[in-house]
Amino acid sequence: MKLPIIKSAILAGGLALGASSAYAGDALTVVSWGGAYTKSQIEAYHKPYTAKYGTKIQSEDYNGGLAEIRAQVEAGKITWDVVDLEVSDAARGCDDGLFEKISAGSLPNGVNGALPSKDFIPGALQECAVGTIVWSTIYAYDADKYKSEKPATISDFFNVKKFPGKRGMRKVPKVNLEWALMADGVDGKDVYKVLATKAGQDRAFKKLDTIKNDVLWWEAGAQPPQMLADGEVVMTSAYNGRIFNAAVAEKKNFEIVWDRQLFSFDLYAIIKGTPRFKEALRYVQFSTASEQLANQARWISYGPTRKSSIKLISTHATAGIKMMPHMPTAPNNFKTAVLENAEFWSDNGDELNERFNAWLAK
Amino acid sequence: MVFPPHLGIGGKIAHYSFILFCGFVFVFLVAPILVIIPLSFNAEPYFTFTEGMISFEPEAYSIRWYADIAKNPQWAFSAANSIIVATCSTFLATLLGTLAALGLSQSHMPYKSAVMGVLISPMIVPLIISAAGMFFFYSNIGLAQTLPGLILAHAVLGTPFVVITVTATLTGFDHSLTRASQSLGADSRKTFFKIQMPLILPGVISGALFAFITSFDEVVIVFFLAGFEQRTIPRQMWAGIREQISPTILAVATILVVVSILLLTTVELLRRRNERLRGISTS
Amino acid sequence: MTSILTADGTPLKDSLYKAEKGRRVKAFLLVAPLLLFVLVSFVFPIFEMLFRSVDNPVLAKNLPLTIEKLQKWEGTNLPDQETFTLVAKELLIARENSKVGKIAARLNFEAGGMRSMINKTVRKVRKYKGNDYKKALIQFDKRWGKVVTWKVLKRIGQRYTGVQYLAALDLKVNADNTIGFQSEDRRIYVKIFLRTIWVSFLVTIFCLILAYPVSFLLATLPLRISNLLLIMVLLPFWTSLLVRTTSWIVLLQRNGVVNDILVALNIISEDGRIQMIYNQTGTLIAMTQILLPFMILPLYSVMKTISPSYMRAARSLGASPLKAFVRVYMPQTTPGIGAGCLLVFILSIGYYITPALVGGRSGQLISNFIAYHMKSSLNWGLAAALGTILLFAVLILYYLYNKIIGIDKMKLG
Repeated sequence: MKLPIIKSAILAGGLALGASSAYAGDALTVVSWGGAYTKSQIEAYHKPYTAKYGTKIQSEDYNGGLAEIRAQVEAGKITWDVVDLEVSDAARGCDDGLFEKISAGSLPNGVNGALPSKDFIPGALQECAVGTIVWSTIYAYDADKYKSEKPATISDFFNVKKFPGKRGMRKVPKVNLEWALMADGVDGKDVYKVLATKAGQDRAFKKLDTIKNDVLWWEAGAQPPQMLADGEVVMTSAYNGRIFNAAVAEKKNFEIVWDRQLFSFDLYAIIKGTPRFKEALRYVQFSTASEQLANQARWISYGPTRKSSIKLISTHATAGIKMMPHMPTAPNNFKTAVLENAEFWSDNGDELNERFNAWLAK
Repeated sequence: MVFPPHLGIGGKIAHYSFILFCGFVFVFLVAPILVIIPLSFNAEPYFTFTEGMISFEPEAYSIRWYADIAKNPQWAFSAANSIIVATCSTFLATLLGTLAALGLSQSHMPYKSAVMGVLISPMIVPLIISAAGMFFFYSNIGLAQTLPGLILAHAVLGTPFVVITVTATLTGFDHSLTRASQSLGADSRKTFFKIQMPLILPGVISGALFAFITSFDEVVIVFFLAGFEQRTIPRQMWAGIREQISPTILAVATILVVVSILLLTTVELLRRRNERLRGISTS
Repeated sequence: MTSILTADGTPLKDSLYKAEKGRRVKAFLLVAPLLLFVLVSFVFPIFEMLFRSVDNPVLAKNLPLTIEKLQKWEGTNLPDQETFTLVAKELLIARENSKVGKIAARLNFEAGGMRSMINKTVRKVRKYKGNDYKKALIQFDKRWGKVVTWKVLKRIGQRYTGVQYLAALDLKVNADNTIGFQSEDRRIYVKIFLRTIWVSFLVTIFCLILAYPVSFLLATLPLRISNLLLIMVLLPFWTSLLVRTTSWIVLLQRNGVVNDILVALNIISEDGRIQMIYNQTGTLIAMTQILLPFMILPLYSVMKTISPSYMRAARSLGASPLKAFVRVYMPQTTPGIGAGCLLVFILSIGYYITPALVGGRSGQLISNFIAYHMKSSLNWGLAAALGTILLFAVLILYYLYNKIIGIDKMKLG
């Protein structure tokens, strides 16, 4: 239920203060993670979409998770239309009935005519969601801080003797536990098998213990480049696109270590019961076409989920450098890459989060 | 001064270290608020004083972060929300709070202590608990993620301040004045507007200002109860601090500090006027 | 004895009683709107939270027949064929209603891995054509063949439960239905509660140490000067919490103002910058500054009323300044100390924003975990249980405050 008087009052107030009218009710609301990532979506998806169909797109930020979506669906008051999700949230939300189903057949074929089911890389098409990017968690350091030897492997991240200084890590067990095991010598392909056992979890936490006092924990994706720039940390885990962006757009001398990158997808889903379903679906179809996916890669170094898009990847929109070498999927970067196991985390996430929080509080 | 002038060396040391300590506490109280003001004019996107700033080079200062605020419609949008929510909730809190204070200050009020306990509780219960409860309850009745929901929630938080300040102006209120007025033939409405109203007005206004600033600053309830469309300035600042610290935040903070100083001055002037009116000597 | 009558002939006593009653009703009517408003928009929500801490509807509502059947199950051997059939059928119905995710999530909080067990089972049951559900389910996922799985189902099937309170106190129900400690690497909340009390205690003490001399100074200075200084006390009080927290980040971070000054003065080296924020130190410093006015104001208002003649009398009777101060002045300030300490303690025990922004790992308090379970893990039952415990702690302190000091004595500015 909306109170029209109050709503028009806000709009009037907003306009009086010089706000744009982008907050009108008929706009499509697309929710994403903010910062450079949202900007890449605005440039590659929103602007061309508005140019083609005339519908305004309102862009909002969130910090992941299903809480806000659940609240909207349960209250029957849908204000978001399309959400950019992590794999685990996409699957979980689909099971919980928070998203509309999107059939693969309704998506456009690739530019080379390939069917969507063949064109998208495995795992990118789900019952309720369509993958847009391949992203990865890597660690990065400020190259100005290291004159001689530079960190190169995941073991170096855990080696505070050789590379002293604070590290930034995301305040969740995901990625951190995998890295801890791999730094401790576990092979990439066995990491989830080991992590599924009590002994493996103990081993991972024990490894994390060795750097615990040297870690600053971050929560939002925009924090790690900021922490590096501010000198709060000497190296930090981060999403590769954020670091790329700080390096290119803000001319920072940040270096990415691709060793044992954990890659995953981000997916678009449509909130169940949105009154703007048709518009939302048209937007998802439009943005996940080959050209748009390839176009997004001009703004941020996240790889497209369509094979047909890879050939279309060109140069950075403003800096003019070739984008392919900066993609997580570039052969040189991909050698030791590990796919983040969403099912493992959806099963063990609750318990490992609990243990992780207890470990943090110790 | 506290210590008599005929102190020995030890006494003097004690005296000066006492003054020094107090000075330190005042710096501790105020410096953190004042330090952001010059930093908000930093030309560089850093949070610290650059060399240029220290040597007062004009090019080290700029108003680019204030221009940023003006350019970003999100700030104007949140400002509009903040003002709407704070104004409506202040109005509601002041109206209900003043009536209640009038009732509470009468000696005939039954269950005074218990009722007062309930009315003040929104100020005492940790915000996170209020926010969680309101999130559950307001979602059930369809008020979550709406401005009216936010206004109701903030009005509840503001009422204790109004009750406290208005009750304070009424304590020591000479009830013979109302009796005198009534015995001279004024009806109770006239008595209220001519006698009580002028006396409690300073209390009402400062209570209203307290309620206003409470709503204007509040972020925890907003965090739980507001969607994007209801974002307020503090919510926007929270996102800024957590996600992208840029000196824009400092510019917004500076504006808020100026607003606080204005509000504080108003309340202080009112308080003194009230004390004068009620014959409590201030000098 | 004849009773005194009023002009219209009723006994004066009755008439007075009536008038008194009328005034009581009138007074109450003035308060009623606010009381009603506070009850509806504040007290009800709090009760809803209390209710959520014991409410456990997910399984009881979505698998009602299975749960009813399990109530009669003795829990030693696997349940009978009929129970297996029921759970399979009810899971399919739940799927139609999009409730599987909720069931899976609720069970996964209790035993990790049950989320995928439920999801996998539902997917396979949909395609299953036979009717030996016992065999089929165990084949789909071997955990259905374990007694412990069914015990979890039975326990989580209870409509109302105290398990969230056990979890909030680092306890759990063992397989043999006894209550025991949570395994060592999962214990957390008792520790966080203790930390919250400890931090609040330290903040209270710091505030008292800083506030006492200042209040004394304010109370003894000429009013013109003290009013000016009082504004310095009140300014932080009126400044947005977020602004003050931002300032502390600016001041204390590694490349912040304080570290820069220390480096510039050669007190520390460039590499020796001190970590003053994103840990407990940061929480303590910021919270002390933010809550300091709440200590100064009550102390000041008490000290203002103490006549200097007592001190003079003690001095003239031969007491040293220190002795006069400690023995004569300080005891008279006890009400102010009590009011300030209780107020600061009550406010700091529920602090959320400041620890969240500057607390880092070691500065997180119980409120942060309530927010975490509300916003991230979505374990709302546990959040409600933690909140209820915190609420009772605060209410006890509030009751004490009201008893000892009286809320009507509370002053603002």
